[in-house]
Amino acid sequence: MDLSGEMKREMYWTMLLARRLDERAWVLHRQGKIAFHISGIGHEAAQVGAAFALRRGHDWVTPYYRDLALMLSLGYTPRDFILSLMGKREEPNSGGRQMPSHWSLKSANAVSHSAPVATQAPHASGIGLGIKMRGEDKVVLTTIGEGSTSQGEWYEAVNWAAVHKLPVIFMVQNNQYAISVRVEKQMAVKSSADKACGLGLAGVTADGTNVFEMWKTVSEAAERARSGEGPTVVEARMYRITPHSSDDDDRTYRTREEVEEHKRQDPLLVARTALEKDGLTTQEHDEMEARAKQMVDDAVQYAEKAPYPSVEEGTYPVYAEEVRNG
Amino acid sequence: MAEITMIEAIRQAMDEELARDERVFVMGEDVGVRGGVFRATVGLHEKYGEARVLDTPLAELSIVGVGIGAALYGMRPICEIQFADFIYPAFNQIVSEAAKMCYRTNGEWTVPMVIRAPYGGGIGGGLYHSQSVEAFFTHVPGLKVVIPSSPYDAKGLLKSAVRDPNPVMFFEPKKGYRLIRGEVPEGEYTVPIGPANVTRPGSDLTVFAYGMMHYYALQAAEKVAAEGIDAEVVDLRTLYPVDKATVLESVKKTGKALVVHEDNLTGGYGAEIAAILAEHAFTDLDAPVRRLAGPDVPAVPFSHPLQDWFMVSADKIAQAMRELAKY
Amino acid sequence: MAVQVIMPQLGESVVEGTVTRWMKKEGETVEEMESLLEVETDKVTTEVPSTGSGTILKILVPEGTTVKAGTVLAYIGEPGEAVPEGGAPAQSHAHAAAQPAEEARISAEPTATVDQPATPAQDTARPASSAPAQPQVDRSRDLGFISPVVARLAKDKNVDLYQVKGTGEGGRITKKDVLAYLEKGSGQPAAAQPEPAAWETPGEGDLFRPTELMFGGKGPAMPQGAPSSQSAVPFNPPEPGPGAQPRQQPAAPTPAPAPSDRVLPHTTVRRAIAEHMLHSKHTSPHVTTVMEADLSKIVAHRAANKAAFAESGANLTFTPYFVAAAVAALRSVPLVNSSWSDEGVVLHGAINIGMATSLGEEGLIVPVIKGADGLSLLGLARAVNDLANRARARRLQPDEVRGGTFTITNHGISGSLFATPIINQPQCGILGVGAIQKRAVVINDAIAIRPMAYLSLTFDHRILDGSSADGFLQKVVETLENWA
Repeated sequence: MDLSGEMKREMYWTMLLARRLDERAWVLHRQGKIAFHISGIGHEAAQVGAAFALRRGHDWVTPYYRDLALMLSLGYTPRDFILSLMGKREEPNSGGRQMPSHWSLKSANAVSHSAPVATQAPHASGIGLGIKMRGEDKVVLTTIGEGSTSQGEWYEAVNWAAVHKLPVIFMVQNNQYAISVRVEKQMAVKSSADKACGLGLAGVTADGTNVFEMWKTVSEAAERARSGEGPTVVEARMYRITPHSSDDDDRTYRTREEVEEHKRQDPLLVARTALEKDGLTTQEHDEMEARAKQMVDDAVQYAEKAPYPSVEEGTYPVYAEEVRNG
Repeated sequence: MAEITMIEAIRQAMDEELARDERVFVMGEDVGVRGGVFRATVGLHEKYGEARVLDTPLAELSIVGVGIGAALYGMRPICEIQFADFIYPAFNQIVSEAAKMCYRTNGEWTVPMVIRAPYGGGIGGGLYHSQSVEAFFTHVPGLKVVIPSSPYDAKGLLKSAVRDPNPVMFFEPKKGYRLIRGEVPEGEYTVPIGPANVTRPGSDLTVFAYGMMHYYALQAAEKVAAEGIDAEVVDLRTLYPVDKATVLESVKKTGKALVVHEDNLTGGYGAEIAAILAEHAFTDLDAPVRRLAGPDVPAVPFSHPLQDWFMVSADKIAQAMRELAKY
Repeated sequence: MAVQVIMPQLGESVVEGTVTRWMKKEGETVEEMESLLEVETDKVTTEVPSTGSGTILKILVPEGTTVKAGTVLAYIGEPGEAVPEGGAPAQSHAHAAAQPAEEARISAEPTATVDQPATPAQDTARPASSAPAQPQVDRSRDLGFISPVVARLAKDKNVDLYQVKGTGEGGRITKKDVLAYLEKGSGQPAAAQPEPAAWETPGEGDLFRPTELMFGGKGPAMPQGAPSSQSAVPFNPPEPGPGAQPRQQPAAPTPAPAPSDRVLPHTTVRRAIAEHMLHSKHTSPHVTTVMEADLSKIVAHRAANKAAFAESGANLTFTPYFVAAAVAALRSVPLVNSSWSDEGVVLHGAINIGMATSLGEEGLIVPVIKGADGLSLLGLARAVNDLANRARARRLQPDEVRGGTFTITNHGISGSLFATPIINQPQCGILGVGAIQKRAVVINDAIAIRPMAYLSLTFDHRILDGSSADGFLQKVVETLENWA
């Protein structure tokens, strides 16, 4: 199983677009144009690698809030993202009801999630249960931060999937911090993948800064799931390069030196270096950058002009009977 | 028509829905081989197999959380929480996930599922096998909260709940499981979620109740009828969304309202009915709205004298009706 | 045509009476004015004189029966003369007479009784606005709590709630009461009222108000052993005075009885006292001022004259002195001899002094010394003796408990030093007389022992201010201290 050069460039492009969008979100926040941003910078390799390991549109995903690059891989657009940052009517997650980065994209089988962490994990097991009951060959990818694996909700979901051998991939994006709390205060094991041992399922740790390694690891997990061997916990190790969110100041709990040190392992640099070895030219890269900037600019311009939801739209749909189309 | 118990009516409803729709499945603790600790699923495991009548890990949170996932995937789960008292670990999944899914996705995702839970005291169950938990959920838009009080309604409402495209909390008065018997027709019927039921028309006052308390309210109404008090009894059946029209219509007629529930008084469901009447029927009221409810202690105590003290009974309802009638 | 004998109205607050004894049987003859029967009410027991001469054709109300005022009790006529079936309404002229206009009542004594035909002069004296054939309604009655639905029905259906009988807790008017009232067809505007029932001889005020409307009670049957009244506050028939306004009272919370508690049922008198006291307290802003009087001269005068008075058939007590002193003060400060009305303060021409008289456990009653300003000390002593004796014997005539313009309560009799009595509506004030005690007082810088008494004036602050009230009380003190 190998990736074509074209596919590798596509993966890198997605990572680059996610990065530029994320950076623009910080700018928009500092400009006062948006109220909140929660960043995925440093997570791009794990997310894109995992997404590209799925049969996108066929398999299912229950994501979490740092998954911008994952969502872009599944078909989410820059316009969708900026619209959601601005709470505009057209944004696909919720029509302006949810905070930004609370993803939902039904066309991509990406399920809505909430803010209390780990709640999406049991949903993944439930979807896996449905897949198993129907005898289908789909898999479910659910993502989560390493801090959230402390939640009983996550353990229950993993346990369920293990007991019933459900086709679920529990991908943990271990970026070393749960806001300000370091991973050592979340778990006594070296990797959340080690937790799988006690629950009777496969556990794998991978370099989350290497998109191609991530693709390989998750592909293997998906294969296990599809073949009825059950779920896998995949821990992707990376570093959260930005503060937790636009409301956070990471200088209060970590040094600049530590951050700078980890920037050398920036997943974009890792992927670009690999691609350059495969022949990616500076000119080609500049074209990618120009295209990304143009898409981000377009998205911002579009979103700024887009309408907010009307107040009346806030009244529905509380129940399925109240759903309106358009 | 056959006269059956409430638990049998509930079992029949699940049986028929499992047969009707292959997306429907039942899951919970001990629902499989054992047929449920209250025997609500007896025979279903044999009939539909363990894939559709599922013994789950002993973890309420994920019974509901996994149910939500399955519902999102297009299944129609019926999740059993063994006792309503054990539902709190699943509270986050019910309130934050199931209830909000439709709204938070502008209708892209919906959660068609039923959460069944036996509730209520008077069965010697002490603090943790007797609780009434409905008020926690009648505060939550996105949920439907249903409590039947007769075998007929239990079956018809549960079938409606299974077919409903939303999460439905279906609380069953466990004391009435075998105590309450009633006629249930052969064959297919449903009772719609939403409308309350005027089970005894009257002119002097209205008693609003549900579940076990409705059963007692009817008994109390007969008792005071002999004393010349003509009480109307309304079985609310669907607590959320509540049938405001029937509530208001009844009080418009009688001018007096007594709300009865077994749950603690303060912040209980009766407060909502009282508030509806105060807001929308003020000029129809001939007396302050009265509430008769369990006392504000944490839950039903175990020892029999203490349990009897806690529980609202037909006698206590009758006395409250007399006082209201006299006003 | 046969003459009706009807149940008289025996006091304004009294709406019914019990026939205790027929002195004649059917078929016997009776002379007009001859005592025909004995009637007992919660206020007075009296003989009823015959309204005509002739044969008693029919006795409609047997002994022991309680009926509303105005109910036909018997017919008198020629032997063999036909009588109407059952208890027909009293004759229409009686209706008219018993319906004086509000204004007419302010200064005039309500002397009309039901069996007194109206004279043309009385008719013309009535203002034209007083539409005939309308039952008058007591608007001073406390309607109790009006529930939202009752308020709405009353407004929507134009129901005068004063005409609706309340059957709810504490006599509250319930929704059902209003609906029942409407069903009877009484929801029309007042002008379209149906003919009143037999007992409803049109009148006004408490006179023709059913007891249960007044008291929310079961009726007139009086259990024995009514609670004793330690209070020296007076009770008189509540006259619907010119200032009386309907008012709402918040429903008092019913105390939850403890297992060891027991309920003493209210007697009619108790209820009447309760209502009157409440009414007064809600009507007048009460203020009490207290002064002290040296009664040396009164004590000496009484000692010197007691025997002489006894020879004249009068038992000289201290009360006539206080009445005399009050009369003198009322003359000096006429504003105290008054009643409040919305149009103005009504100054009463006559000085009629009510005299609170204890009936022991049964309550108290306030016979009135009419024209007290025309009586000497001897006359006052006789009046006091006579009224007090007959009050205790329950032999007062209805008129004798009405029409007071000022009241004295001698609470000192039971040892009370001073008190703050409740005004007897619609009067302006009440004089409280405390116990006479020998006390050390300073006179010209020397300590002397003198018989002293505290005198209190409780007055309606709407009418009087402190200075005029004190002026009045000072005049009482001066009169007593300078008695000659």
